Amino acid sequence: MLKKALIGAVALTALTAAQAQAQYSENKIKIGVLTDLSGTYSDLAGKGAVLAAQMAVEDFGGKVNGVPVEIVSADHQNKADIASSIARKWYDAEGVDAIAELVTTAAAVAVREVSKEKGKIDLVSGAASTPLTNDKCSPTGFHWTYDTYALANGTANAVVKTGGKSWYFLTADYAFGHNLQAQTERVVKANGGEVKGAVKHPFPNSDFSSFLLQAQSSGAQIIGLANAGADTINAIKQAKEFGITQGGQSLAGLLVFITDVHSLGLETAQGMMLTTGYYWNRDDETRAWSKRWSAKMDGKMPSMVHAGTYSSVMHYLKALAAAKTDDGVKVADQMRALPIKDASGFAVNGKIRADGRMVHDMYLAQVKKPSESKGPWDYYNIVRTIPGDDAYQPLAESTCALVKK
Amino acid sequence: MMTLFGIPTAALFGQLLLGLINGAFYAMLSLGLALIFGLLNIINFSHGAQYMMGAFVAWLGLTYLGANYWVALALAPVIVAAFGIVLERTMLSRLYKLDHLYGLLLTFGLALIIEGFFRQLYGISGMPYAVPKELAGGWNLGFMYLPIYRAWVVFASLVLCVGTWLLIEKTKLGAYLRAATENPALVQAFGINVPVMITLTYGFGVALAAFAGVLAAPIYSVNPLMGSNLIIVVFAVVVIGGMGSIMGSIVTGFMLGILEGLTKVVYPEAAGTVIFMVMVIVLLIKPAGLFGKGA
Repeated sequence: MLKKALIGAVALTALTAAQAQAQYSENKIKIGVLTDLSGTYSDLAGKGAVLAAQMAVEDFGGKVNGVPVEIVSADHQNKADIASSIARKWYDAEGVDAIAELVTTAAAVAVREVSKEKGKIDLVSGAASTPLTNDKCSPTGFHWTYDTYALANGTANAVVKTGGKSWYFLTADYAFGHNLQAQTERVVKANGGEVKGAVKHPFPNSDFSSFLLQAQSSGAQIIGLANAGADTINAIKQAKEFGITQGGQSLAGLLVFITDVHSLGLETAQGMMLTTGYYWNRDDETRAWSKRWSAKMDGKMPSMVHAGTYSSVMHYLKALAAAKTDDGVKVADQMRALPIKDASGFAVNGKIRADGRMVHDMYLAQVKKPSESKGPWDYYNIVRTIPGDDAYQPLAESTCALVKK
Repeated sequence: MMTLFGIPTAALFGQLLLGLINGAFYAMLSLGLALIFGLLNIINFSHGAQYMMGAFVAWLGLTYLGANYWVALALAPVIVAAFGIVLERTMLSRLYKLDHLYGLLLTFGLALIIEGFFRQLYGISGMPYAVPKELAGGWNLGFMYLPIYRAWVVFASLVLCVGTWLLIEKTKLGAYLRAATENPALVQAFGINVPVMITLTYGFGVALAAFAGVLAAPIYSVNPLMGSNLIIVVFAVVVIGGMGSIMGSIVTGFMLGILEGLTKVVYPEAAGTVIFMVMVIVLLIKPAGLFGKGA
């Protein structure tokens, strides 16, 4: 009895003593990386993103103001219900302070709702759709790496300007696909092009033959692929098989990652235009960081989602240190205040806006011909740098309630 | 332009032809499943993983040994069948006397292990596998462009399906197999080695899956998830056709492929679910399946 009282008193003193300086709940920082570890998007995100988050923690020193940082991870299997139940469990029972990565719009939106409800921070890197910075925006929610608006502004703009005026869409039948199609249609029409039609395919899907046939019979010059990951790869491969390009039509991959180009091979992918938020081979800084990541990933090179995860987690750690608390709202304020710069070379000219959008330079790239490539994963020629303010949706057009009008 | 149901006939015929090609895969895979269930009473959930292994053996053979497509087509089924036979001898044979559910659980677990193993090694984006030169290119049929390779798939699968049906229904070996499953003790009393027959049957079923895998390699991405995407649909096909009926699974496979093709034109969003809707209806009206013998 006395022993218990003594232990209790010591514990209480220890707790109250900790209150004096930085207070982090349970004296530990936990960051959860919630991603697709096994499905359609697991190569462009997945365990590479978990590694990126771990690298950020290590590079930061493993501790924030003396408090250790831990990374946990889980597989949401691209399903919104699984994502939200993992998020709830993490926030309520396991003391997780922030959730990062979140590829797949449906999962990201579900977790955004949970995080907003609990005042916790979410650092969305992998998901693409614009509702995250419009009607689903949150004071503690951030959209870091890219979005469908920037993709459309980059790729669709470039394709229409080089003569691709009539479009037909092959769209993944879920929130992301619909959103990407809508954004691209906007850019096509604004540049005087026309949309001949669209077909929605199940997500995920392995056989595109019948959808490609419909695209072929539409007679559109450009077949826009409003999908990503394994879906895009399969669609492009099968388009080659069905002689789509022989008929005079071209494919426009609206969201293409370097992992997709690697899977397709330069022979098939050469000449494709794409918009990206990061290229590992752009300058010495990106090369140095990417080689470190690559050493633990069997020689693969990071996608923009991997670099974005590193960058967002690193910035979060800096904000935690500055705020001296893990309270979501206070840390979010620090995130908006601090300059964004880290070893990955991601986020050139980066700044965070009121709607949670991290605006930074994007790059219009073209896939190299096999003869131009100087080594493994050397796949892109950067055609143009698109300054952040030109790439992303203007703040005045955002329907986010946090944006003062 | 003529229209049927509001769709131009040219587009319709194109989609039906594509549906036939998909049906060819459904038929081959459901044939293997029906064979294994009909003769062995095992619900082989690892069929999709074995299909994927066939494709991977073809890719590995090409990448590391320079073995071309035709060599892979001949050898991959043998290699994967050998693996299947090892599984059967060490694990499945212990479950024959038990409820079907045990076989289902074991093979399902094995499927997860095999897929996880390949995913760990190769990721999910898929490995490139080129269409063999002899089958590259296509014919312009007017209403669509038909890749030669896809026509080959339909041809090969028809030959395989009809050949297997003839083997099981019309030859002495097939007769022994059918007898052995109906009454193993009696057949064994006649001096026929029943356990060996059963093992070989499982091996043959697995070989069918692996053959389908090699056929799929140039057109679908060779990735660890390729089997799991297909296997659920194939199970629905087998249930609709009748679990023990070989002819049933072949005919149903092609028919459902065509139905799916039609749905993709009329209402693409339902393409993933139409086969299951048919399955529900068939189960309610004729639970033994369209061609199945009564329960």
